[in-house]
Amino acid sequence: MNGLVLGGTYALLGIGLTLIFGLMNVVNFAHGEFYTLGAYAAFATLAGLGGGFVAAVLGAIVCGALLGGLTERVLLRPLRGESIDTTMLVMIGVWIAMQNAELLVWGGVAKSIPHPFPTEPLVLGPVAIAPLRLFVMALAAGLIAASYLLIHRTKLGRAMRATFQDAETAALMGVKIARIHTVTFAFGSGLAAAAGALLGPVFLAYPSMGDLAALKAFSVVILGGLGNLPGATLGGLLLGIAEELGAGYVSSGYRDAVGFVIIIVVLLFRPSGLFARQERIG
Amino acid sequence: MTRAARVLGALLALTLPFWLQNPYYLHVVIMAGIFGVLSLSLNLLLGYTGQLSLGHAAFFGIGAYTSALLTLSLAWPVWPAMLAAVALTALSGWIIGRLALKLRGAYFVLVTISFAGVVSLVSVNWMELTNGPLGLPGVPAPALGPWSLRTKTAYYYLVLAAVALSYLVCARLVNSRIGRAFLALRENEPLAESVGVDVTHYLVLAAVVSAGLAGLGGSLYAHYTRFVSPEVFLFTYTVTMVIMVVAGGKGTLAGPLVGALLFTALPEALRLATSWQWQMLAYGVLLLLLVYFLPRGIVPALRGLRGRRAS
Repeated sequence: MNGLVLGGTYALLGIGLTLIFGLMNVVNFAHGEFYTLGAYAAFATLAGLGGGFVAAVLGAIVCGALLGGLTERVLLRPLRGESIDTTMLVMIGVWIAMQNAELLVWGGVAKSIPHPFPTEPLVLGPVAIAPLRLFVMALAAGLIAASYLLIHRTKLGRAMRATFQDAETAALMGVKIARIHTVTFAFGSGLAAAAGALLGPVFLAYPSMGDLAALKAFSVVILGGLGNLPGATLGGLLLGIAEELGAGYVSSGYRDAVGFVIIIVVLLFRPSGLFARQERIG
Repeated sequence: MTRAARVLGALLALTLPFWLQNPYYLHVVIMAGIFGVLSLSLNLLLGYTGQLSLGHAAFFGIGAYTSALLTLSLAWPVWPAMLAAVALTALSGWIIGRLALKLRGAYFVLVTISFAGVVSLVSVNWMELTNGPLGLPGVPAPALGPWSLRTKTAYYYLVLAAVALSYLVCARLVNSRIGRAFLALRENEPLAESVGVDVTHYLVLAAVVSAGLAGLGGSLYAHYTRFVSPEVFLFTYTVTMVIMVVAGGKGTLAGPLVGALLFTALPEALRLATSWQWQMLAYGVLLLLLVYFLPRGIVPALRGLRGRRAS
């Protein structure tokens, strides 16, 4: 069960990252920082403003999307067409800067995010689960479903898919590529922030929490194949469960090694991801 | 560089401890030297073959741990331990190179990051070998016959020799047939392959030498600070190396050294001015500025300036 809770949020992280990579060809090393931002935004909404949990997640999404859009507009747009290494370095810079800005604003001490749920576990037949975790899982599933709807059912989503397949042709058909890039980055960052807001109350919020999250996001994306949405969703769930099993059966110290090992093994043997039907970019 | 400038630079480097009396400044220069070795090592991969490795902290750490463990647990003298550290990291560079250099771009980067992550987790969790997060204190300082190289001045000369050695190794390699093969791979891999450059062979070679040099840097670090903990695997070290190479000028021999000197001294100067968080924040912003305004690095920019004046 815990695997599913983790997996749902990993999937959110992975979807955001995979979209950004697939569409913009940018390896977003700052992805984990948007996750951290989400957790702190949720903390501010819940503890500072006294809003509800749903409001906190929404607040986190808005914060993440705004900052993500801004990052794309200011830093990445002038570099469109530059090599992937250049944008990668820029994102590393953003990552360091954001992490230390968070450290300055919030301090290095881990914060526990208050949540309005009872701590008594809910017993459903053979499984017991904390209500908070159940809620997190439900919200994550809702957000994943919403992303699918956005991408497959709206005009914006169609423009995004068109850009993904062939940016030049899409541009000829009247899609404003620059705007799509900004929206995509904002969308991906919003999802990462949502993941942070969801997992923040389960664990603790601290400035370097994003490092591991980014790593998880990368393993999810690689598991599913870069730029592959259903792959990222399944990959997230798989990673969550694999980690729980790894922590349970091997050693909890090596829990985070699962992600690394997955990256190495998958890249060496199936570089296009487990669920890829055709070769993708890269 | 003109001949006079070279001689002047060499004289400056050789006599530095005599006019730089402040031990703190000397410490900064020693660290700059260690980072110089590391940047030269990374530059071989990033600058000459065009492969960005974000796992270099792993080689640095493996070098540091090998040296520390051999001298502490097996009571080896420092010099063979240092050699063993270089050999072991070169070997791990060979393994990683064989495996990962089938991949390119973002995929290669991710494998190198993961490798560093796994090694780092092992260093934290394998208590029996590494003493976990507590680290290994009391790593001995090297000795030359009866003289211990414990003082900062002595260690400065050791590091200087290591930098010179690494520089010569890189220079020999880069200015040879092998170096031209590296450049050909960087510029156009399919073309290079079509004229008979064995891609994997040369890339793995670059990875082996690069890893070995990083191991040397790690070993120097271990015997200088006399303490090794899992912190040597921190991603910050990798990022620092990347910044130094990119800022100094990747694909030049002097660039990494200039970058190492600048980016060891700069944070120290910033530290005097502000707190640690601001220092790292400034680091991130500086990296951004560099990519936008000096995308090719300081050394090539200076050369370009001089070239324009001459013409």
